Amino acid sequence: MSKRAATPKVASLADLFALAWQIEADAVERYKLLADQMETHNNPELVKVFRDLARAEGIHAEEIRRLAGDIDVVEHARKTGGWKGESPEEADLSAAHYMMTPWHALQMALVGEKRALAFFTGIVETTKDAKIKQMAAEFVEEEAEHVNLVHRLLRKYPEPAEGWADDPDPPNTVE
Amino acid sequence: MTEVANLSVAIVGSGGAGALTAGNLLIEAASAAGWQGLLTRTVGPQIRGGEAAALLRLANHPIECLADRLDLMIGIDWLNAQRFGAELDTGPHSLVIGDPQGGDPPPSVAKSGARVVQIPMKEMAKGIPDGRPNMIALGVAGKLLGVGENFLSAFIEKRLAGKGPAAIEASKAGIRAGFRAAAGIDLGMRLSAPKPNGAKRWLTSGNEAVGLGAIRGGIRFAAAYPITPATEILEWLAPALARTGGVLLQAEDELAAINMIIGASFGGTPSLTATSGPGLSLMIEALGLATASEIPLVVIDVMRGGPSTGIPTKSEQADLNIAVYGLHGDAPHLVLAPQSVADCLFTTQWAAYLAESLQAPTIVLSDQFVGQSLVAIERPADVAFIGQRLRASEVNGVYKRYALAAGGVSPMAIPGTPGGQYTADGLTHNERGTPTSGATDHQAQLDKRARKLNEFVYGDHWATIEGAGDLALVTWGSLTGAAREGIARAAADGIEVALIAPRLLSPVQPERFAAALKGKKRVLIVEQSHGGQFHRYLRAHYDLPGEVRVLNRPGPLPIKAGEIHRAITEWRV
Amino acid sequence: MNLDVRPACKPGDYKSDVKPIWCPGCGDYHVLLSFTRAFAQLGVPPERIAVISGIGCSSRIPAYTNCYGFHGVHGRSLALAAGLKVTRPDLTVVVASGDGDGYSIGGNHFIHACRRNIDMTYVVMDNHIYGMTKGQPSPTTEPEFDTALSPGGTGLRPFHPLVVALASGANFIARCFSGDFNQTADILVEAIEHPGFSFVEILSPCVTFRPDEKEWKNMVHPAPVGPTDDPAKAARRIMTDDGFNLGVLYRGKRQPYRPEFGAQVSDPAELEKEFEL
Repeated sequence: MSKRAATPKVASLADLFALAWQIEADAVERYKLLADQMETHNNPELVKVFRDLARAEGIHAEEIRRLAGDIDVVEHARKTGGWKGESPEEADLSAAHYMMTPWHALQMALVGEKRALAFFTGIVETTKDAKIKQMAAEFVEEEAEHVNLVHRLLRKYPEPAEGWADDPDPPNTVE
Repeated sequence: MTEVANLSVAIVGSGGAGALTAGNLLIEAASAAGWQGLLTRTVGPQIRGGEAAALLRLANHPIECLADRLDLMIGIDWLNAQRFGAELDTGPHSLVIGDPQGGDPPPSVAKSGARVVQIPMKEMAKGIPDGRPNMIALGVAGKLLGVGENFLSAFIEKRLAGKGPAAIEASKAGIRAGFRAAAGIDLGMRLSAPKPNGAKRWLTSGNEAVGLGAIRGGIRFAAAYPITPATEILEWLAPALARTGGVLLQAEDELAAINMIIGASFGGTPSLTATSGPGLSLMIEALGLATASEIPLVVIDVMRGGPSTGIPTKSEQADLNIAVYGLHGDAPHLVLAPQSVADCLFTTQWAAYLAESLQAPTIVLSDQFVGQSLVAIERPADVAFIGQRLRASEVNGVYKRYALAAGGVSPMAIPGTPGGQYTADGLTHNERGTPTSGATDHQAQLDKRARKLNEFVYGDHWATIEGAGDLALVTWGSLTGAAREGIARAAADGIEVALIAPRLLSPVQPERFAAALKGKKRVLIVEQSHGGQFHRYLRAHYDLPGEVRVLNRPGPLPIKAGEIHRAITEWRV
Repeated sequence: MNLDVRPACKPGDYKSDVKPIWCPGCGDYHVLLSFTRAFAQLGVPPERIAVISGIGCSSRIPAYTNCYGFHGVHGRSLALAAGLKVTRPDLTVVVASGDGDGYSIGGNHFIHACRRNIDMTYVVMDNHIYGMTKGQPSPTTEPEFDTALSPGGTGLRPFHPLVVALASGANFIARCFSGDFNQTADILVEAIEHPGFSFVEILSPCVTFRPDEKEWKNMVHPAPVGPTDDPAKAARRIMTDDGFNLGVLYRGKRQPYRPEFGAQVSDPAELEKEFEL
């Protein structure tokens, strides 16, 4: 698992919204990258799974922008630098495998959602600002719902049997 | 149901489907059942999970090239298969089997008029615990080709011995299911039953055959740097040399590799390296050194698509120029080229023999096609060529390493021989080996090195010369098999064509080549080179009669027997 | 170093649309992210950056960026980069290599690139194996690691590239881990901004041929002390570390080598006067 960036400071509502938005926006890009990897490596089932996850995160990002109202989250994130390094819902690239199954992808998503949940829970616990606390609490509920959703999806996809990564063909040399 | 002498099948799949493994099992089983065959593969650019196709041709006789078209193609899935669609030629007589869940076959399939049938291999595999679709495909192929289930099962047991009985049973069940699913399908043709004649069977690739030829020829030291498509030679030689008292060193680069084998050979050990075009380019300077200092060595060049990094996984015949002409100065040396997978064994053994006998560097121009194709053949006959270096084991008086002996080969003192001390040198030298810039010595040593190669009796192995007629087809290397097949088809049309395929490309053999061309009025040159390197080489050194036509193109698609046949028939006088 | 800074660059600006053939799970995906993030942080426009590489999985990276690139021959990227930078000092030159390309066939050029200290940044994605050609040992492979070309292991002590770089004159030396994507990007920025030859080794696991390298994420740790500018001290520290110390390990003060180029002193027409009788 890659080392994540240190938790950025949340000094204002704008900070909170920008970071929340960036979590989702970064997740979209990361899932798209993984979808591309799966497409290049002929795993069409996972192309769909990752594109669906990207779409879902995109919807979350849009919701946050709406919720932020007058605050320009994109600009604020750019100005403040936002999450330096990987943000909580950016799936771990080193956990990908060309023969991975939907169960694996959902496990990646679960980790991400839990990390985001932990971030917002931390804000609730430590912030002195009432407005920030209230908003962060809403985000906690949101992320908890996402965690639940992933759990529900996992019911559809059992953990694959041992040997899911067995490829009878040897690797190729390309150069 | 037509009986056919040979039959071609492709198994296509991607992303862990195991198409290549299925192809391997099929040739193993078919070989055990008594057929001969040729297996090649084509893959996408990914290191894992890419699209892949195993292409197998089976027959009762040795197969040295792919067929013009596939008779049967089984797609476990068709993901990105259109990337190598040009290699999956089908025709109206072909049968293409796909999986309803596997996507659409490449557009070329529909265009060709092939018959398309569906078998739900993925579904069927799900119905078997740990079942895999490639085993279903293998069963389908086995049934349609007439390869018995028992032979397939035997190789499953061998291959999966380490994985336990459950894995073995799952694969066997898959094959059984495939057999059942194919029962109702009519391929429209039947492969002639194999004629087992008790001859020993081999399953080998050109690269592995090179390794065996090297050891049989006396090679006991190898230094090399990994490069596609030659690395399998090194992988085979590493343990083989260790077992026969030799050793293989992985060098830090090709400059080191060639210099290492010069050192080992100087010390008395027959030595070899294996590389491809880019590596040979790096070795050129040191090959000049070996020529000038008269050090025996063998360099295997498994040619690939060029120039520069080129197409590492595909074949071409475009290193001829650099092999024959690449050295600076006038530096005659040996260049050989095997003509088939089986011939890799003989030609490498012969190369080691010639290198040692003539104390000269010997380049063997193999290529990716023969190097990496797997063939099922009868065990080739043994040949007696083992490198014998003329050694100065007893030195009386002043030792002249480069003495102007008759025939040009001077005895070589191996370090440790008392009185035989000399300094080998790339600098122009006199008979003793002392550097000189004198005209007489330079001329004499250049004459010596040329003479030793030109006066040697190479015997009939220098070229394959077959057939009669006023048209001579001249080719070399891995195209010899396709040429033979094209010529055979022309013969069926009543056209007689002679085949000339030199195995010895350097030094040139003008008199013998002229004898081979006597009476010929037309010459058709066939080669896999964009610039027509072989054509230019022939023109440079040999008199070509009458009319000359050239059928040439670069890789990656090998020139096929059908194209050669067409070139012959279209050239009516 | 001339930097034409445009503050509004995003990492996405530096990524091309060519889809990598690297196996999913490969550390090089993180390295690519570190590259694009570092370039964005520097604010140098993509057209002013040149990524030079040799042959191997790591060397595929130029085409995956939106910068100028040269995917050259095996082991010679440093030489190519030297020619480029000497004649185009205005460009930001980054050289990408692997442990095979860089330390084996490229070994000689590595030594001399450090010695010359031309201003460029050399990034080696070290996975302790030859990945592209299917698993031969590299100069950094452990002696007991079994491969087809070295059954039972090479028995050879692995190379110490960071110390060789020090001894040869490199002006900035760092070790990173691909999975520490954040820190790697920051160190790349520092390396590029530091004058002279900057050498950054990135431990980047090979998911296909070294699945055991999944453990690396648990084995890496920050170096216990900050960088020094004393080469002897740095050498001792590096030679006694466990190979997994991360961070900037050495920051030198050598002047980068920058020969005069481009300023015409005399008219070429004047030269023939030398031949006049």
